[in-house]
Amino acid sequence: MTDRHPGFSTLAVHAGAQPDPTTGARATPIYQTTSFVFNDADHAASLFGLQAFGNIYTRIGNPTNAVLEERVAALEGGTAALAVASGHAAQVVVFQQLLMPGDEIIAARKLYGGSINQFTHAFKSFGWNVAWADPDDVASFERAVTPHTKAIFIESIANPSGSITDIEAIAAVARKAGVPLIVDNTLATPYLIRPIDHGADIVVHSLTKFLGGHGNSLGGIIVDAGTFDWSKDNKYPMLSEPRPEYHGIKLQETFGNFAFAIACRVLGLRDLGPALSPFNAFMILTGIETLPLRMQKHCENAKAVAEFLSGHPKVAAVNYAGLASDKYNNLARKYAPKGAGAVFTFSLKDGYDAGVNLVSNLKLFSHLANVGDTRSLVIHPASTTHSQLDDAAKVKSGAAPDVVRLSIGIEDKEDLIADLEQALTA
Amino acid sequence: MNHDAYDDNYIRGILNNVKSIAMVGASPVNVRPSYFAFKYLAQRGYDMIPINPGHVGKSLLGKPFVAQLSDIGRPIDMIDIFRNSSHIMPVVEEALKLSPLPKVIWMQLGARDDAAAEKAEAAGIKVVMNRCPKIEYGRLSSEISWMGVNSRTLSSKRAPIPTQGMRLSLNRTSVGGGETAASDRAAKNKNELT
Ligand SMILES: Cc1ncc(COP(=O)(O)O)c(C=O)c1O
Repeated sequence: MTDRHPGFSTLAVHAGAQPDPTTGARATPIYQTTSFVFNDADHAASLFGLQAFGNIYTRIGNPTNAVLEERVAALEGGTAALAVASGHAAQVVVFQQLLMPGDEIIAARKLYGGSINQFTHAFKSFGWNVAWADPDDVASFERAVTPHTKAIFIESIANPSGSITDIEAIAAVARKAGVPLIVDNTLATPYLIRPIDHGADIVVHSLTKFLGGHGNSLGGIIVDAGTFDWSKDNKYPMLSEPRPEYHGIKLQETFGNFAFAIACRVLGLRDLGPALSPFNAFMILTGIETLPLRMQKHCENAKAVAEFLSGHPKVAAVNYAGLASDKYNNLARKYAPKGAGAVFTFSLKDGYDAGVNLVSNLKLFSHLANVGDTRSLVIHPASTTHSQLDDAAKVKSGAAPDVVRLSIGIEDKEDLIADLEQALTA
Repeated sequence: MNHDAYDDNYIRGILNNVKSIAMVGASPVNVRPSYFAFKYLAQRGYDMIPINPGHVGKSLLGKPFVAQLSDIGRPIDMIDIFRNSSHIMPVVEEALKLSPLPKVIWMQLGARDDAAAEKAEAAGIKVVMNRCPKIEYGRLSSEISWMGVNSRTLSSKRAPIPTQGMRLSLNRTSVGGGETAASDRAAKNKNELT
């Protein structure tokens, strides 16, 4: 008898969760506790020395969070995962394992504005540098490789532009350079794109968006693909060298193909501290159970709204990779055949002011700085999420001044279209 | 036999059926992976035998070190080789001289020697390469899920309580259950009536 491989929707409901051993509770309990008792002194020492599996303190791990971690690892096809307090925390924890002062990453220019800020400004104080490359020009990544390069970072579907990145081509550059490819899969979710299947070594998410899906809880996660050999040269000492904080343990030698996730937990989360609240983990887990259903509806609605807008006389351009006419449609067919996501931008013929008017005239769409909610959302990136960039960088990141970003929810599409129609003509 | 990916049932069958495990290359140094794995497997009830010629005369968690496989002097079910790939073949050749033969030869995470595996399999021995029995045990029991590891298993059955032989404790501290102000009053009222 060979093992059956459960489908995506089955994993979305079951992976990582099991009826509680003590009470039989079927839903995952919220283990709202800071700490866990040890059986005896030897058990305590084994846990602290990383010799036994188990719980110590919620900054390092928590049983509710562990269910979330295993579930997302299963959905992404990774070996292990680590949940943290936000998407941004996930990025810091990842890079702390990979970079020493003076090291460099290559990042796609089309990223969430907050990530551009984090890499440009916050990382400076750690001595980490970023080289920018154009995700539409794979050769620009190749040209950016230097002896200091330690990783490449891209978004699978870019925020805000909704453009699709050629993950396989950039993975090939990373392989040749001997560095891991990190993919922020927030806007696609593993339901639409599984970056590990296309060559990613690490996947990060803001769980705040479609995975949690209801706009109620911040969270982030790091998924280890188990594909990268951290010890083949001395580039990644956090994983390959004896760790003084654990009496000389070498993490890759000890934990094999999930050593990166362990490093993020026992070096990153333990020492930097951005732990996810178990309550948030529970909310996000509940969201994930309906991820396949929600993503189908998000994508169906997004396509209908994009089609409506592209036929509207006041609209100058719609950038949605799910439209046959879109520049990214071929990449969408290859990487996201089930749908091109639900975040995209468009611009109005009457420019910036018309965009501002539209936002204020909408009645169902909420004007706020988030994406991936059940509710439909609207924002003007140039004055908000991407406001810290100069004009040239705004254009390059897909947030030109005349662009409006939508995140399409799971309402009835007729109502969304009617709201846009009235706001465009008001 | 495909040694790139093992079916869970293959690994499960091995871990369920072997009772004694000789660990070649077991280290007494408590930060070495072989030490962790030895201790973990001993705690899960396996009959563990540490093999390391450099430590004969000492013991590992109460089990005396043995210099080589032929010195064990009793049948063993599995040999777990904690050596680099380049040191696997001589151990397998030594194992093939044992009588009875071991049922399983397991090579640790990072260790793989396809020629040695072929020899062992030709003698009817099951082989696992580049895996850790501690990790596989933890994964299949889902104990490892506490670390966010993808166990790749699902279950709708209640999980077993994680400590063996656990019984409900009767030794709990009693608090004043039942003796509330209201019950005191009720008792007093009753006394006054009689
Ligand atoms: C693509 C992407 N990555 C990362 C983040 C950051 O996530 P968080 O807000 O959870 O820190 C966001 C948030 O908007 C995002 O859209």
